[in-house]
Amino acid sequence: MPVTRSQDLPLRSDEDVVRARQLTRQWAIELGFSLVDQTKIVTAASELARNTVLHGGGGQMTLEHLDEGPRRGLRLVFVDQGPGIADIEQAMRDGFSTGSGLGLGLSGSRRLMSEFSISSRPGQGTRISTVRWR
Amino acid sequence: MERIPVLRMGSFLLVTIQVDMHDRLALALQDDLMGQIRAAGTTGVLLDISALDVVDSFIGRTIGNIAAMARILGAETVVTGMRPAVAITLVELGLSLEGVRTALDVARGMEMLGRPAPPRSGRARHS
Repeated sequence: MPVTRSQDLPLRSDEDVVRARQLTRQWAIELGFSLVDQTKIVTAASELARNTVLHGGGGQMTLEHLDEGPRRGLRLVFVDQGPGIADIEQAMRDGFSTGSGLGLGLSGSRRLMSEFSISSRPGQGTRISTVRWR
Repeated sequence: MERIPVLRMGSFLLVTIQVDMHDRLALALQDDLMGQIRAAGTTGVLLDISALDVVDSFIGRTIGNIAAMARILGAETVVTGMRPAVAITLVELGLSLEGVRTALDVARGMEMLGRPAPPRSGRARHS
C-alpha cells in the first residue's frame, strides 16, 4: 500500500493525547473526510493515544496518508514498549478494562475505523494499526 | 493549572467548555463543580458542549459522572449543544449517556432546569 506522506507524534502525557486529536483532525480534513468521518477518526485516535500513554507507558503515533488507486485513506499506527496485552481477544471486548476506564477504547475505536489490527506480546509492547478509507 | 470557569446564575451553575480538554482538566472541572454545588444550594447544572468537536469515552464518562454526582447532591444536570457528528460517534463508540438530560441549546437547557426532572425509572415514555 503506497504511503505518500507520514508524520510521527510522541505520546507521553495527557497533553500529547490532545495533540494527537488535533493533528489527526488536521490530516482528516486535508484528506477530505466528511465531518462525521473526521469526528470518528479523531475519537478513535484519542482512545488509542490514551491507551498508549496509560497502559503502554508512552510511545508514539504515526499518521500515514495512503493512496491505493482510487482509494485514499488515513492510517494511524500506535506503538508502545509497555507490558503488552496477554489476551487480545479479551482486551477487544466491550467493557473489558484493566484500569478504571469503561473498556470502550479498543472495541469502540475498532467500530469507528474501517480496518483494525493489533499485535502484542507480554513484555514486548503493543502495536495497533488502524485505517479509515474515504 | 488552567481551569474551566464555572459561572453561577442564581441556583444554577453554568459551564461552557471552550477548549479541547485533556483528562486532568476534565477531572478538575468535575471536582470544581462538586465543590460549588456543595458550597451553595445549587439545584441545576448546565454543561454546554457546543464548542467540543470531539467527545471520547473519557470525556463522555466524566460528563455522565458529573450528572450522577450532581444528582446525589441534589442538583439536576442538563448537557446542551452536542454536535450531531459527536452524538453519532459517541453512540457508535458504545456510550449512549443514559441518564444524562440533554437539550439543543443553552436557552432550552435553562428552561429544562426550571422544570422538574421526568421520572427516571421504568421503560414507558409518555410525551
